[in-house]
Amino acid sequence: MGEMEQMKKEAEALKTQIEAARKAAHDTDMASAASGVAPAPRVQLKTRRTLKGHLAKIYAMHWCTDNRLMVSASQDGKLLIWDSHTGNKVNAVPLKSSWVMTCAYAPSGNLVASGGLDNMCTVYNLKTPVIKTVKELDAHTGYLSCARFLSDTEVLTASGDTTCALWDLETGKQKTVFLNHVGDCMCLSLSPDMNSFVSGACDSLAKLWDIRDGQCKQTFLGHTSDINAISFYPGGNAIITGSDDCTCKMYDLRADQELITYQDAALNSGVTSLALSMSGRLIFAGYDDFNCNIWDSLKGEKVGVLSGHDNRVSCTGVPPDGMCVCTGSWDSFLKIWN
Amino acid sequence: MTIRSDRDHGQRYRPRMSCLKKLEATVVQMQDPSTGVKGTDQKLNITTIPHVITGQDIVAWITKNVNIDNDEAQAFGTMLVAFGYIYPLQDHKKLVLRPDGSLYRFQTPYFWPVQKWKAEDTDYAIYLAKRNIRKKGVLHAYEQEEYNKLHKWMNHKWDFIVMQAKEQYQFQSLSKADRVVFDCQERAYWIVHRPPPQTHSAMDYGLDRHIDRNAEEKKTYDYYRRIIIYTQQAVMRSRVKSSVSLGALAKYITTFKNHDPFLVPCLPSNPWHTDDNSYWELNAPDVEIPTKMSVERWSFSFYELLNDPRGRADFKIFLKKEFSGENLAFWEAAEELKWGTAASMSEKAEQIFKTFLAPGAPRWINIDGRTMGLTVKGLEHPHRYVLDAAQTHIFMLMKKDTFYRYLKSPVYKEIQKKAISPAPHNFSEAQLQQNMRNRRPSINPIITWQKEQEEKAKAAAAAGPVDIKKLMASKLDRK
Repeated sequence: MGEMEQMKKEAEALKTQIEAARKAAHDTDMASAASGVAPAPRVQLKTRRTLKGHLAKIYAMHWCTDNRLMVSASQDGKLLIWDSHTGNKVNAVPLKSSWVMTCAYAPSGNLVASGGLDNMCTVYNLKTPVIKTVKELDAHTGYLSCARFLSDTEVLTASGDTTCALWDLETGKQKTVFLNHVGDCMCLSLSPDMNSFVSGACDSLAKLWDIRDGQCKQTFLGHTSDINAISFYPGGNAIITGSDDCTCKMYDLRADQELITYQDAALNSGVTSLALSMSGRLIFAGYDDFNCNIWDSLKGEKVGVLSGHDNRVSCTGVPPDGMCVCTGSWDSFLKIWN
Repeated sequence: MTIRSDRDHGQRYRPRMSCLKKLEATVVQMQDPSTGVKGTDQKLNITTIPHVITGQDIVAWITKNVNIDNDEAQAFGTMLVAFGYIYPLQDHKKLVLRPDGSLYRFQTPYFWPVQKWKAEDTDYAIYLAKRNIRKKGVLHAYEQEEYNKLHKWMNHKWDFIVMQAKEQYQFQSLSKADRVVFDCQERAYWIVHRPPPQTHSAMDYGLDRHIDRNAEEKKTYDYYRRIIIYTQQAVMRSRVKSSVSLGALAKYITTFKNHDPFLVPCLPSNPWHTDDNSYWELNAPDVEIPTKMSVERWSFSFYELLNDPRGRADFKIFLKKEFSGENLAFWEAAEELKWGTAASMSEKAEQIFKTFLAPGAPRWINIDGRTMGLTVKGLEHPHRYVLDAAQTHIFMLMKKDTFYRYLKSPVYKEIQKKAISPAPHNFSEAQLQQNMRNRRPSINPIITWQKEQEEKAKAAAAAGPVDIKKLMASKLDRK
């Protein structure tokens, strides 16, 4: 018992120390640093396309690097690949398990992946006229909440069993397992230089991992509930997280602390998904109250709303060239706004 | 009364319900006798229902106290109704807040939605059974269906359910008015948790989570050890001052502002607005003449230059003039090794060693002795990241030296002059309609990727060392 008490005291002392260090480094806040920048204009976006084709709730979507194709996953058991500009469906991939929670497009455009309550990440090859399963990555003991391709040979997954894993697609085995979270991992985001990634989990922590050595490099505290969405800032030095506690926060990696919180007294529903515009100025956050709010990342103010969905916005995405934003919802429609 | 068991559905728990805590705080404020929403008594047939409030009063209170405008206040109010904190007296199946004289009441805390547990099927069965006992045929069609379903699944418990229903029904110590009120409240509770078909339910949250958020983590030795290790590492880590990082953020945003299609309209026109593909065609990776915006973007950072295929090509031209193309070639070869297939790795590693690292190699790169030693040693057992140290060194070299010289070079200045600045489109209504009809699908990225691979293979073959003997032999043959 005495040992426990000692450890508790040590932990408390260290916590105070780090609070003090962080406070000392926090010599200015966002408002003053951003005072020189002109406020963002009021953003009013119109729906340019409504993609109809799914028959049940859409849980995830992901843009391809060519800025036109995208893949979406719905609980009707299908992955649909759309040419968003014409609105045509290019491909439909039937899934073995309809409880899908995530989908991903490979940067080369050759592969797509899906995963969900089946605890597996299934990778499909789009090159052949009949779409075939390349591999079923099966080693997680919890549902698959997010998957992202690093290349045609490596996939990163986040799972409800509190781990993230890096898989080798040729052998189908896990190369590295990232262990540190104590709650379900809900989302992940790759850094622009592909050397690290961040994951958000139900323990309200966001963690930065080094892909090469599998270690957790930094942990970001501040949220009071599950982190549902996470994204790297385009420059690679900051991350934005969205949580069930109805707020989004921006953390800086080099300063190792929270810089700004995007919250509003009137917002009483959790954030389900996040996407950033290509300069990083605008944050598109999808909420449980059927809307997607647009935040000015520097000033911390709401500058617009995308309303048009009849149910929760479950996923948002901005293509690499930043030309538009796509929102997918439980009402089974995907809308493209600009 | 019913025994409410603490739910345990295989340790799964509900996501998205943490907003309930926030709503409860507001609801408590609203019920404050002095500063809350003013209620009156309402006569309903022969009974009087106390503490009835109107929709418009609710909206007005929210607008004032939460300090938002009317539309948002209405949305907020609707959420309170959808979650079951306030229930409508008229038209009880539609859970929206009407900002007029429609009557509402606050739900009793006993029936508030709680983050910790779900409304159980057993309780629902008891509720439906009770209503059935009271008056046969009073259940709606969807309720009848649910009742039949529950009767089938819970057949083993049915005696218990009927017994509980009878007990609750006979528990008559409340006055008539209270009973009417209680019935309303119970009915409202079940409309929220078992919504009629074709309505949205605010309690619909998707799939359960694995780990119970409400359970406190056991404070074991391991728990403290973890915290201590983490905090120690965090304390030792050097941290940048907020002003520096915020400044960098603001700088990045300002630099890229003109390139963000959401903030500044792009030239010639945004394909999503006008259905004209010119923008995408002008910025294609293999385009002859790049746009001024692209060329400007290359100057922002070395990373941007390398990322844009057209920029990289231009940089290659510059390097050729300087006779220092081997650095970029090595960098590209290292990237190929990093992301390539495992089978090709040893072959690629050997190729790279012969071309770039061996003493006297045709494209020998200039890296310091230590890095060279480590890399050569690592190449004996090649793996994906064996060239990482060397690649970083070369990247830094190019970034700090070659990149700046490139920006000042005649090659860059020339491309800046040649770059086009397309005129903004000005389509008439008819032309826009025409564009919409002419929407064509893009080239599939798979095809683009295959073409790239073929071109790379050709380039690699062409760049390989020339076999003089063969060349002479072919020349002699022709004679």
